[in-house]
Amino acid sequence: MINTRLANWLPPVVLFVLVIVIWDLGLLALGVQSFLLPRPTVIWAKLLELWPTTLARGVAFTASEALGGLAAGIVLGTAAGLATARWRTAQETLVPIAIGASTVPIIAFAPITLNWFGYESPLPRMVIVAAMVFFPVMVNTVRGLTEVEPAALELMASYAGSELQTLRKVRIPNALPYWFTALRIAATLSVIGAVVGEFFGGPLYSLGIFITNQTGISDYPSAWAAIILACGLGIGFYVAAVIAERVAVPWGSARETAR
Amino acid sequence: MTDVGAAHPGASTPAPDVGRAVVHTTGVEKTFGTGPTAVKALEGIDLEIGQGEFVSLIGPSGCGKSTLLRLIGDLTTPSAGQILVNGKPASRARLDRDYGMVFQAPVLMDWRTIARNIELPLEIMGFPRDERARRSGELLKLVELEGFGGKHPWQLSGGMQQRVAIARALAFDPKLLLMDEPFGALDEMTRERMNLELMKIWGQTATTVVFVTHSIPEAVFLSTRVVVMSPRPGRIARIVEIDLPHQRTVETRELERYFELVTQVREALRRHEPDTTTMDELEAARIRAEGLG
Repeated sequence: MINTRLANWLPPVVLFVLVIVIWDLGLLALGVQSFLLPRPTVIWAKLLELWPTTLARGVAFTASEALGGLAAGIVLGTAAGLATARWRTAQETLVPIAIGASTVPIIAFAPITLNWFGYESPLPRMVIVAAMVFFPVMVNTVRGLTEVEPAALELMASYAGSELQTLRKVRIPNALPYWFTALRIAATLSVIGAVVGEFFGGPLYSLGIFITNQTGISDYPSAWAAIILACGLGIGFYVAAVIAERVAVPWGSARETAR
Repeated sequence: MTDVGAAHPGASTPAPDVGRAVVHTTGVEKTFGTGPTAVKALEGIDLEIGQGEFVSLIGPSGCGKSTLLRLIGDLTTPSAGQILVNGKPASRARLDRDYGMVFQAPVLMDWRTIARNIELPLEIMGFPRDERARRSGELLKLVELEGFGGKHPWQLSGGMQQRVAIARALAFDPKLLLMDEPFGALDEMTRERMNLELMKIWGQTATTVVFVTHSIPEAVFLSTRVVVMSPRPGRIARIVEIDLPHQRTVETRELERYFELVTQVREALRRHEPDTTTMDELEAARIRAEGLG
């Protein structure tokens, strides 16, 4: 068990370290200017230097926007999915709205949300993230609830099971793997949405504003440090979603390895 | 599911002379689709199945044998005629949980352990927890899967999974078991072993069984009566009484009478051989009508 785990983890870790080393030494050897691409060691030093003063606050702020939007988008998307799967009228009214919401370009939407809530508030980004996350969550919820083995539904009918019982004992467990797939997509989308949303306005310390400001004054190592942190945030969200899935849907991964 | 009784006047009041019949059908007809593409799947089905009988429905694909089984279980409704189960309309019998159903696929829930799969109907019917655990324990023993209660479905072979499905159907002690080609997906050797086990269970539980199959030897080995059906539209062509000793064992398959009965059923089937094009049409119409894919 531990050996196979090590075998799974070792190659990506080795590759990562190798890329960093080649990046660093390659830039040093070729004498590339730091405004084109700074050396990882320089970026890392900047990150440590700026962490206590600004970056820690920026990460916390951007993370809170992403999380808030994620939560709202998941709740609304799941609710819309449940309603859509259950009622035909809901399907006819909600699906066009959902498609509409998913096609709104964030870049066009961001200035308007700023106008609604102001520059200092995290709400504009939360609205953007929620709008981005809503659609994948809703679509996957509907698929999971409706793509049930027909015989499983007949089985429930043969027990004279109520619709609520069928929902609880067949449809929802069936939907969980689909729902967690949506959650993984949503987790990475949420950080992208928050950072891109910030480009259009936000507190000075927020990661998006920090990146635009530092590139504006040609302080590229600092901008890179913030970009690395935004990546880290996205990866962290994704890993959290995967762990949640392992816990909540143990049969999903166990079945894969058994077959 | 709509109430069949309401759609057909007379169905709501049971016929007076049903007696101990568990299943009683009169003039049952089933048409899939409407208009010019409509296909008649069943016509003039009059069948009476008594308590404790083991009746097999056999016939070529498209003869409506599965449809007939699903009509008895009120999983689909007849276009005409009357179906009584335990003297009441099939829809009432379903709501009263009068029968257990076994499909060709085991239809086990991957997120449940084997024991909790068996307990599924008991949960729905509101049995207390300790009663559920006691029943699933007994049934695991009955289908010879003791020690597998904590496993998950994907850890079991196809034959074992189908035994779990049978245990689940028996969990709430129904007096009628409806089985739709339950061993159709199993290999020949597993199927013969499952047949023996099913006979043992049938002997122990005194249930009435309606069993759909493609296999002539299986039908003869298991049944007290074999209903031979013909397609276009699906009708009962002949009913063969199986007068083999009640106790079916490995030796039953070597009796001369067994071979005679197999031949009888085979000849009854051959006499009503369908031509394949219309069978495909029927199947296509059924898929259209039921929206299956």
